[in-house]
Amino acid sequence: MLEGLLIGLQTAFSIQNLLMVIAGCLIGTFIGMLPGLGPMSIIAIMIPVAISMGDPSAALILLAGVYYGAIFGGSTSSILLNAPGVAGTVASSFDGYPMARQGKAGKALTIAAIASFAGGTLGAILLMVFAPALSSVALLFHSAEYFALMVVGLSAIAAFAGSGQVAKAMIMTILGLIMATVGEGALFNLPRFTMGIMDLQSGFGFITLAMAMFALPEALFLVLKPKDLKGDDGEIKDLRITKDEAKAIAPVIGRQSVQGFFIGVLPGAGATIASFLGYAVERNIAPKQEQEEFGKGSIKGLAAPESANNAACTGSFVPLLTLGIPGSGTTAILLGALIALNVTPGPRLMVDEPQIFWAVIMSMFIGNLVLLILNLPLIPYIAKVLAVPRNFLIPFILFFTLMGAYIGQNNATELLILVGFGICATALKFADYPLAPLLIGFILGGMMEDNFARSMQLYDGIAFIWERPMTLGLLVIAVLLVLLPSYRARRARARAAGIADGD
Amino acid sequence: MTTFKLGRRALIAAVAAVGLAGPSFADEVVDSIHFLIPGGAGGGWDGTARGTGEALTKAGLVGTASYENMSGGGGGKAIGYLIENAESNHGTLMVNSTPIVIRSLTGVFPHNFRDLTLVSGTIGDYAAIVVGKDSPINSMADLLAAYDADPGATAIGGGSVPGGMDHLVAAMVMEAAGKDALGVKYIPYDAGGKAMAALLSGEIAALSTGFSEAVDLANAGEVKIIGVTADERVDAAPDAQTMKEQGIDTTFVNWRGFFAAPGLPEDKLAAYQDAIAKMYDTPEWEEVRARNGWVNIHNSGDDFSTFLEQQEQQISDLMKKLGFL
Repeated sequence: MLEGLLIGLQTAFSIQNLLMVIAGCLIGTFIGMLPGLGPMSIIAIMIPVAISMGDPSAALILLAGVYYGAIFGGSTSSILLNAPGVAGTVASSFDGYPMARQGKAGKALTIAAIASFAGGTLGAILLMVFAPALSSVALLFHSAEYFALMVVGLSAIAAFAGSGQVAKAMIMTILGLIMATVGEGALFNLPRFTMGIMDLQSGFGFITLAMAMFALPEALFLVLKPKDLKGDDGEIKDLRITKDEAKAIAPVIGRQSVQGFFIGVLPGAGATIASFLGYAVERNIAPKQEQEEFGKGSIKGLAAPESANNAACTGSFVPLLTLGIPGSGTTAILLGALIALNVTPGPRLMVDEPQIFWAVIMSMFIGNLVLLILNLPLIPYIAKVLAVPRNFLIPFILFFTLMGAYIGQNNATELLILVGFGICATALKFADYPLAPLLIGFILGGMMEDNFARSMQLYDGIAFIWERPMTLGLLVIAVLLVLLPSYRARRARARAAGIADGD
Repeated sequence: MTTFKLGRRALIAAVAAVGLAGPSFADEVVDSIHFLIPGGAGGGWDGTARGTGEALTKAGLVGTASYENMSGGGGGKAIGYLIENAESNHGTLMVNSTPIVIRSLTGVFPHNFRDLTLVSGTIGDYAAIVVGKDSPINSMADLLAAYDADPGATAIGGGSVPGGMDHLVAAMVMEAAGKDALGVKYIPYDAGGKAMAALLSGEIAALSTGFSEAVDLANAGEVKIIGVTADERVDAAPDAQTMKEQGIDTTFVNWRGFFAAPGLPEDKLAAYQDAIAKMYDTPEWEEVRARNGWVNIHNSGDDFSTFLEQQEQQISDLMKKLGFL
């Protein structure tokens, strides 16, 4: 391995390749900030450039830089504008945006940068040490387990239970699950619930719905309730994190980097599940008073999904490099690029072309480091976006929201859907319904249904639940994750009411 | 989550999304072509249109190429647009592929290929059945024996929904081998990568997939190709047996090609067909083709319509048997 490391270092540290990393990170960060352009589209845009360079190592290093940059940039729009452009950063907005609203935008971005860096770096270390051994782990999960894992992911909604909104959160989750069924179904290639509208054939777009649920109501809220504006008129305080805060988030980052990495290794899971699970787990193991903070600007609630999604992105390289299986849309695009460069990922890659394997791993370290160095000094300037007067900022948010929904599909109907749902979402927001569970349900619903349908077919019924111990175990965990917080909340209420509870 | 549902085949094609027009050298046949792509950027249709446009302009056969993505309705929106605005779209070519046949049969959209002007089928890909490298199955005969022994445990996976292409291929092959196509347990995966993972993890016994993808996987040492739906063995994988060789009399080609608006003037149609026919001899096309692993399967004009009618017949017979129609 040491030899491999040296080869990798040698390749990665040439001047050309270092410039590639820096260029990649910069391009990725800035384009990634625009909602609607996630890592996948940015990498797709950059692939012709990378291929024209001819050198597979340089190309991969550039693309890895773009990838990390885009992930980092994506959380910026989540935190500052509540406009998550990628499913993996939805969970980052739960606490990141409230922090920004409290004037702690700089701190939120700093935490995101550090958590991303740590997640990416720890992930790369795990990848380096365990990649060959992990290729068999990636194949442990069958559809039944993926279904159970999605159910565990859904338990992230329990995070909204503490505020006494269990019923509302449940309703919104179910609404999200229902919306995920629109379009061509998993079991049959005929349209469902499209009401004959052709544009609904492939279902609702994630970006459209994310913008409609998060960014648009936020902007409309600001217009409709201008009184709220006092107190956050662009003042940016608390740029740096304190020692205590660093101490508080360090274990979170450590745990979530490892957990996120292993979820990322599974080809059917990925960064989105990793971030939701990370959020749910951290909330459940946090002390009681900190639990209250989740959803209202908890630094732990921001650090958890940020480290988890970055570690998961790194983890998804395990099946890609060792088995040639892309675990996510982005790694699928990277696989296409690799094949075009005459590199075939798979079990033989490490033997036949070790310089490429190790150059990729080294570029992950360098990419993460460069990103941190580039971004930390820029944070105060990026955070200044919020200092723009509201009457300029709101149209700006609206513009990017609409553009984000249009850009992916070039389909104007998306705009109508966006505005329609945006108005509904605003009404729900006024009625104090949490909108995040709807989006979680929508994101996980499709994957859940697919995996459920497959398992049902393979086992001719629901026998897979008890015939596969891992599935059963995961489902039990999911039930506990949902019930535990409600039970604790009830006990706390009971105690407050003066009823002795035995201990 | 459709945004993320890009199969490997589609993504390899995305790599072809390079659209820089070069200087023209050969004799220009057509001034300009506007490519209408019924799906989003980065898909298989997108890669085909942009790759073809790139080769045509770089080789100087076409002056300029422009591209428009019009997704929606599984391609139906673009077809409807081309038919409704036929008069003003004489300069437009729409890319499409086997799903236009399948989706018009199932009624996803009301039109079919006869409502359009058929220009040319340009490229294609055979289908293949593969198994994991460590699987005890080594040929179609082994797979059929395993199926006879325990149909329930011999599931075949694929990257399309039931009733989609990968399913039809699996059913077609089993049917031709004298088995009941309805008895085959077909498990759908939404992207090539996940189906591959399922194959290697033992969830499914075999995978129905595109031949070019199967070749990449076989070269990587991941799978064994146990049957190809071509007439003769294909150069890219000379060891892979065809279905016919193994006594299963069936062939299938997933084609991609170009369509124009109904009522296109004869001279325009001839010019497009000429440009495409000449394209095959240019090094620029060879570069694009090789990069994407496409197989040249050129069907122009009447040949194209005969081919499509045959395919429509083959698919509708099978779908009726499977209960999809």
